[in-house]
Amino acid sequence: MKSECNFAIAAAAVLLFTAPILNAAPPFTPAPKSHAASASTNGAIARVAPPQVVPRYRFENFTTPNGLPDDHVYSVLVDGDRIWAGTDNGLGLYENGKWKTFSTKDGLAHRAVLSLALDKRTGDVWAGTMGGLSRISGGRIDSYTQLNSGLSNDVVYGVSVENENVWVATAAGACRLDLHTGEWSLYNERNTPMVEIWVYGVSATPTKVYYAVWGSGILEYNQQTKVWDKYDDPDGENEIVLFKDQGLIHEITTSVSYVDNVLWAATYFGDSRYDGRYWHNFLTKDSGLPSNFTNVVKGVDANRAWFGTDKGLAYYDGVNWAVYRPSLTTGKPEMTVRDAQGRITQVPVTTAPAHQYILNIDFQGNDIWVATAKGLSHGILQQEK
Amino acid sequence: MRPLHTPRTGVIVCLLVAGVGTLCMAFWIADPARADINETAGTGRTGEALIYASPVEMLYSHDGKRLYVLCQGSDQVRVLDAVDFEAIKTIPVGHVPRGFSFSPDGTRLFVANTWDDTISVIDTGALEVIATWPVSAEPSNVLEDREGKHLFVANRISNDVAVLNAQTGEEEKTLAAGRGASYITPSPDGTKLYVTHVYPNPAPQRAAPESEITVIDTSRAIVVERIPLHSIAHCFHVAFSRDGRLGAAAGLHPKNLVPLAHLEHGGAFADTLTLFGSDIGEKPVEVPLDELERYAARPFGVAIAPDKSRIYVTSGGSEIVTVIDVSRLMRFLRTHKPPFAQDLSASSNYVIARVAVGQDPRGVIFSNDGHSLLVANRLDDTISVIDTRSNRVTSTVPLEGPKRLSVLRHGEQTFYTARYSFQGQIGCANCHIDSTFDGLTWDLEPDGFGRDIVDNKLLEDTKGTEPFKWNGGNPDMPTECGPRTEKYFWRSENYDDLTLTDLVVYIRSLPPRPNRWRQASGELTPAQERGKAIFSRETDNFGKPIAEANRCSYCHSGPKGTSKKSFDVGTKRLTDNSGLLDTPQLTNIALTAPYLHDAAAATLEEIWTKFNPDDRHGRTNDLKKDELNDLIQYLRTR
Repeated sequence: MKSECNFAIAAAAVLLFTAPILNAAPPFTPAPKSHAASASTNGAIARVAPPQVVPRYRFENFTTPNGLPDDHVYSVLVDGDRIWAGTDNGLGLYENGKWKTFSTKDGLAHRAVLSLALDKRTGDVWAGTMGGLSRISGGRIDSYTQLNSGLSNDVVYGVSVENENVWVATAAGACRLDLHTGEWSLYNERNTPMVEIWVYGVSATPTKVYYAVWGSGILEYNQQTKVWDKYDDPDGENEIVLFKDQGLIHEITTSVSYVDNVLWAATYFGDSRYDGRYWHNFLTKDSGLPSNFTNVVKGVDANRAWFGTDKGLAYYDGVNWAVYRPSLTTGKPEMTVRDAQGRITQVPVTTAPAHQYILNIDFQGNDIWVATAKGLSHGILQQEK
Repeated sequence: MRPLHTPRTGVIVCLLVAGVGTLCMAFWIADPARADINETAGTGRTGEALIYASPVEMLYSHDGKRLYVLCQGSDQVRVLDAVDFEAIKTIPVGHVPRGFSFSPDGTRLFVANTWDDTISVIDTGALEVIATWPVSAEPSNVLEDREGKHLFVANRISNDVAVLNAQTGEEEKTLAAGRGASYITPSPDGTKLYVTHVYPNPAPQRAAPESEITVIDTSRAIVVERIPLHSIAHCFHVAFSRDGRLGAAAGLHPKNLVPLAHLEHGGAFADTLTLFGSDIGEKPVEVPLDELERYAARPFGVAIAPDKSRIYVTSGGSEIVTVIDVSRLMRFLRTHKPPFAQDLSASSNYVIARVAVGQDPRGVIFSNDGHSLLVANRLDDTISVIDTRSNRVTSTVPLEGPKRLSVLRHGEQTFYTARYSFQGQIGCANCHIDSTFDGLTWDLEPDGFGRDIVDNKLLEDTKGTEPFKWNGGNPDMPTECGPRTEKYFWRSENYDDLTLTDLVVYIRSLPPRPNRWRQASGELTPAQERGKAIFSRETDNFGKPIAEANRCSYCHSGPKGTSKKSFDVGTKRLTDNSGLLDTPQLTNIALTAPYLHDAAAATLEEIWTKFNPDDRHGRTNDLKKDELNDLIQYLRTR
């Protein structure tokens, strides 16, 4: 056993000095523990034993000529073989190779669909729009607005479903719809530590619910104790990070993702990871983030996460970073890998996400779907030969 | 919506108390003109609150030897010998059971009890209740999947289908259904469930009603499709042909968008069957059951013959079973282009018989050999046996129960029959589904065509809430149900005085259903408590006094939430003759969307977010959104 551990350490050491690292291993399944094949940038296959590896994708992009309702895609949701795309002009459903569009004529609360969530138990899809919250169930759309329901505000930036609760982030506070009783509970500056009420994102689980509040850090709701807590940038509203990893990177939060008891948080000024005890922050200057301006973060597990920034899509595997985007200068497909030592390597690729401005991310098995400002992208994991 | 508590069994005594009139056991012939009021409508002979069986559904045991009869009035499942109908055992179940079904292996019988929100589980070997499972609000039907994994429960008030663990009864999840989810029918192969609804889905004001058949994939336990039922407001049972290619759903198609002034032209409802499935094509087709002077008021139960040659439909208001020749029906569909739901000449192309049965016929099943059809007659406690070869009633089986006709029972019979209206087209229960409401607006003639469009009200707990009508024009219930109804709705002869009295007594006896938003302890939740304070407050959020007449608690005073006075709350429309409106009671207000006299408000919230700009309907514009939510949480407890 001891020798095996030594081997693992040695293998990890090899990994640290072997860059960049590419792999066909599924990025959304548990981290590989056995040996795997990796390739260097020149295409040579190196046999190493990476504990974490970065994936390579072939991106297929959808825009209006393909049937996408609109090129500006705010949100994307994977529901088995079905892909939902929340766009600036309707909700698109990609199924059996065809796009179908749901609009306000079908009952959608508003044409601009900002956020999406799947109730995995029922198959219902919840859509946060610029004009309310809609539920798509078996083809029927029911919409809740601030006028016809207890919804706190019509601008719904985020939605997340947990058991019979629909948690909602709006431009005027957070709220919860209890599907059991039909009761709406509103959360705002009067009953939570929320300072601002512009709530951008939500991630709900049976144990904890996290809200990203624009200008008010992260709100945490403990489902067991029913107590709210708050995480702020220790530097307040100063734009200077005095001490790295001392707390949330910034007050202007945009997205949260709570997975494996780890909180991933995105802000317009860098990103954070919090394991309940320690914070770890990510900035362009000391990580592989392509930009501190982050619209969305989606954790794969406690160690791995995807980041959608204004300058590309980024993957962090706990050690290495990969960035996927059209080149900011030439527009040509680009992939870069940054290893633990900060060495950056270009990886030759022929495809990239539709645009560098990334708004949302979801996973489909080993594949990834990416909502961008100019199209929806399907990243198909490439198996190394 | 889910109940905050499980209502007590036995809370209500007299919703369905009624009796057997021996007159009603008579053999009825298949002539719709036979409904001579004087022959069939006696008046109540006793003021006692008698417990009648009120059979609504029937099932044969898997071996065909027993007939199970679900008796809604006596809260029982009665087990009869399938051959001679001799009683074998009576099994008490929950309060006001509405639907039941066997487990796939036939060893368990599940009963949905609507008023105490439970499922009774009966061991069919021991003929005893072995478990009682709490479920959601007003469970109306229940069905187990073929794998014995899940139990699906249609909940009328919470508008959903609950998915339970079939072994433990534990609720795993709920599926959004339509409004008033009530009846579940499996496809012949058991892979899908078809759920129908007694109330229309929410729709824009004065839009045609829309309902749906919610289709559930049993293996995944999710909703996979919603078959639209355009213009159908109330849908009841569904039946399938054995090959699964033909589905038929009984429904009510109201004509509420035109003035209710043409009853003599078939102007109130179309009683229809919606056909769907691969025999029909991609879109469902609605076909009428009515014919001029031969109406099929309130279609409810449906059965398709094993050889798919006939479809049988019970009509509660007309007290008949309509027999449809399927081959003629298909020929009609091939040669005619829809829509024809309101075409009174259509049904003569495919209806081959109208068989008179007992009062308020409901569930219908075939005998084991397919040669007989059994019909449960709810309001005379009988089972009609129809020979399907001759389409004649060959026997009428009385169920055990009181032989005296009580005032309440006679009033209920009067409420549910269509025989008093012109040509037997409609009855009270057409608009007051199961003695409740219909979720629709109507343009009633007395106020003028296109004037005073009004929302239908809930009938429960109306005693002591007079005057009636939205304008308070009817000072008491006899006026409401007598001259007004006779003249403007029935357009027929008057009730005799005693019949009118019995009807009024019945309506006044209708109690409120258990309120599902109240906690079992009777205490209010914190949100409800805050809402109650807002309901009663005397100063607004700025500390300014609220005039007494502008407080919620002033107009909506008393235990039923009405001062019984009229006020102008600023909701008068251009089409309204007056802005003065009778203060409606608040009983079970959560159930009765849409709101306001003309149904302009789709939800309780909209009463104040859209239709109270000047604070004339109470001082509310100072409220924060969460305070308005609290107020609504309180109102739901009324």
